[in-house]
Amino acid sequence: MTSLLAVQKTIPDLFVFFAGALMILAGAIGVIGWRNPVHSALSLVLTLFGVAVLFIEQQAEFLAAVQVIVYAGAIVVLFLFVIMFLGVDRTEDLRQEPLIGQRVFGALLVLVVVASVIALGTESSWLGGAHSVVGPNIGPYENVNSLGRAVFTTYLFAFEATAALLIIAVVGAVVLARRSASKTSDDAIGSEEPADSDPGSLGEGAADLERATKEVER
Amino acid sequence: MSIPGSWYLILAAILFGIGAFGLLVRRNVLIMFMCIELMLNAANLTFVTFSRTLDDIGGQADVFFVLVVAAAEVVVGLGIVVAIFRRRSTAVVDDLSSMKG
Repeated sequence: MTSLLAVQKTIPDLFVFFAGALMILAGAIGVIGWRNPVHSALSLVLTLFGVAVLFIEQQAEFLAAVQVIVYAGAIVVLFLFVIMFLGVDRTEDLRQEPLIGQRVFGALLVLVVVASVIALGTESSWLGGAHSVVGPNIGPYENVNSLGRAVFTTYLFAFEATAALLIIAVVGAVVLARRSASKTSDDAIGSEEPADSDPGSLGEGAADLERATKEVER
Repeated sequence: MSIPGSWYLILAAILFGIGAFGLLVRRNVLIMFMCIELMLNAANLTFVTFSRTLDDIGGQADVFFVLVVAAAEVVVGLGIVVAIFRRRSTAVVDDLSSMKG
């Protein structure tokens, strides 16, 4: 397989690869390194753009576009929205570890896993596979065509299953996010009122809601 | 096109490692979610790389489904985070210990 891939390396390809790799790694380190969640979310955007660059470098143009639209456009905005909504954009003190040696053991575990994956990858038998089982990944301008063909023929059942999954996720999110109407209608209405009128007392309102929930459950 | 596939695979492995490390050591729920997204992206990069090296469009179709599942996962996960925050006023996982015996 490596002989197949060892065709000429051109300078633009190398440049694009290293630019994408730099974006990915810098963004990833930023995600886990910043103390402020907003900065982490913006670093996540950098990583996602880097992955999109490498998708384009590998002739997956449709996926690169979807990556930017869905991930950077929708998912990160959802993250930022929740960060702002919760008001958890406070910085977190990263100096003290909650568990003694957590970072050392975590780094050790991750290093062992990544090193063994790379070591397995050097054995070419782990990287092999059959060529073009589903369909060939042809030319630069045929990507959407062949991808659509695969999704709507070979993967039709999975495609329909994702439709069901999205419906379930939307319903689940609505159920999770609403304030339950039964509580506001009967006994918790007094405690609900100040929480809505005064955003500063959100914590008290939540505590009152919790108390009311316990009463309802009883 | 001419970059060897193994370079991409090593990059994806490193990205996965960074995401896993962040998931292990950070305590903010939202940042843990972002680390899960990093790991999903590492898997996507691997899929696309194999799709290119094996000349098989199936890898890219898999990435498509991973994207959909990731979107659904984020929606439900953030819904759970909002629901927890509304009751407990915290987004730090170490404070969510009410099921401790």
